[in-house]
Amino acid sequence: MKRQNEMKLTFKSRGINESFARTAVAAFVASLDPTVDELSDIKTAVSEAVTNAIVHGYRESIENIYISAAIYPDNRVVIKIKDNGCGIGDIGKAMEPMFTTCTTGERAGLGFAVMKSFCDSVKVASRVGKGTTVTLTRKISSRGSINE
Amino acid sequence: MPVKITVTQNTFTAYLSGEIDHHSAKSIREEIDEAVTRMTPEEVYLDFKDVVFMDSSGIGLVMGRYSLIQEHGGQLRLRNMSSHIRKVMRLAGLDRLVLIENGGVRI
Repeated sequence: MKRQNEMKLTFKSRGINESFARTAVAAFVASLDPTVDELSDIKTAVSEAVTNAIVHGYRESIENIYISAAIYPDNRVVIKIKDNGCGIGDIGKAMEPMFTTCTTGERAGLGFAVMKSFCDSVKVASRVGKGTTVTLTRKISSRGSINE
Repeated sequence: MPVKITVTQNTFTAYLSGEIDHHSAKSIREEIDEAVTRMTPEEVYLDFKDVVFMDSSGIGLVMGRYSLIQEHGGQLRLRNMSSHIRKVMRLAGLDRLVLIENGGVRI
């Protein structure tokens, strides 16, 4: 299906950019006139993926995170969050609720659970030593259209 | 990250505001922990009325404070959560662990 609109973002893996990234994606999606709940869901899912890239992918070192987002005519939004970090050895394990490699006890291990719950689909492609791409898809019930 | 803490008799309330994510959670956590450790209150309220965004970092924040407050023999209660915040909390089953109140009414 042909993309109706798309955008790309590159930003540094600094914690302060978690807010920038989710807000920028939300602003892009706003053309579909989503509900407040839909927008919250998308912001939350993006926030989880970006946090994973910062905390796990790059382990707090400062590198680039890439986001691309596309809107399709059926009101589907597809958002890719990519890092060139350490990669995930066992994706199945990483996606298990409550599983975390964080030892301080302050990360709940629910990032993927939130993404899965707040999106229609979550796909993870990862290679150890190369990086991770998370693809989030969410259909907007849409009251508007970008052609209007 | 703004946290406003008020204490009256044995009730300790931390008013959270703005956005709770991995980046902002650290300073919120430090401020609350410092005050809780110093005062060991019996009842601790986290008030979410002015929180406009929260991701799963908020779950970690609540779970961590829950353990700390329990260690001191206190009770943690969550207050004024929006439907979005509640949805995130429910994913972790926190609604079964911690008392959630909206306004003055327990739900």
